[in-house]
Amino acid sequence: MTVRIGVITFPGSLDDGDAQRAVRIAGAEPVALWHGSHDLDGVDALVLPGGFSYGDYLRSGAIAALSPIMAEVKDAAAAGMPVLGICNGFQMLVEAHLLPGGLIRNANQQFIRRDQRLRVENADTAWTSAFESGQEIVIPLKNGEGGYIADTETLARIEGEGQVAFRYLGVNPNGSLNDIAGVTNERGNVVGLMPHPEHATEPGFGPDTAAAMRSGVDGLGFFASAIAAVAAVAA
Amino acid sequence: MPTIVVDVMPKAELLDPQGKAVAGALNRIGDSAFSAVRIGKRFELTVEGEVTDAVLAEAKRVADEVLSNAVIEDVVGIEVVE
Repeated sequence: MTVRIGVITFPGSLDDGDAQRAVRIAGAEPVALWHGSHDLDGVDALVLPGGFSYGDYLRSGAIAALSPIMAEVKDAAAAGMPVLGICNGFQMLVEAHLLPGGLIRNANQQFIRRDQRLRVENADTAWTSAFESGQEIVIPLKNGEGGYIADTETLARIEGEGQVAFRYLGVNPNGSLNDIAGVTNERGNVVGLMPHPEHATEPGFGPDTAAAMRSGVDGLGFFASAIAAVAAVAA
Repeated sequence: MPTIVVDVMPKAELLDPQGKAVAGALNRIGDSAFSAVRIGKRFELTVEGEVTDAVLAEAKRVADEVLSNAVIEDVVGIEVVE
């Protein structure tokens, strides 16, 4: 069985093409989906890609979170389908209340682009099972509004419940509370993060590693995890 | 035509990087009377016809659910301006 992973294009999405490519490299079939539709085309998993939907008007991801297809995304998430939000897609998932917390402008006011070390804090989600808990990975980070925040109570809850999926290592790039780079919902099927796994899936186009320049493919584990999660449900 | 003005501010306890940058600039050019700046948003909702209680209630709902995000912002004012 070929796992079909939908990538939703919103007005202003930029990384939908790279996300589709990453899905293909990981061994699944990418399915292009459109924000204005109510049709998920029977996909097994969903990626909300990065970019600047609606020019970041109102709040990053806020207008896209009101898109027609988001009704189906919410239903699918509630039914347990793996859903990954990357960067702007993460912002959409918090605006749609599918993930806790919020994202604000980077504390230093600068758009940060760099290869980012992360620690996988929760390797039991639909998008992280290919990693070991505590594993260090490197994938690109590139955003201007990546400061993760939540009220004290929410922060204590997600820390206590293991809902922090990824943490920044090294210098905190954007002022995120507790160095949080990504979170999961309670069930573990919906995951969002600011850095970009889809840009680290093909040798020659990823971050530098000790072995060779641009050879980093740590992003592949995200998609491999979702493929395994879908296969496990189907089996 | 009546207008409903909605004011939204970043939560007081959160860092407002935009406001901080403006406060820094004011200080640099010598306007040192202001110790802090916070930047919010003003929405003007134009209403065709009368602002009934129902319209005002809808404005309040929209302000809470769409114009602001309660995780990071507060609605600090909803006012009808003729």
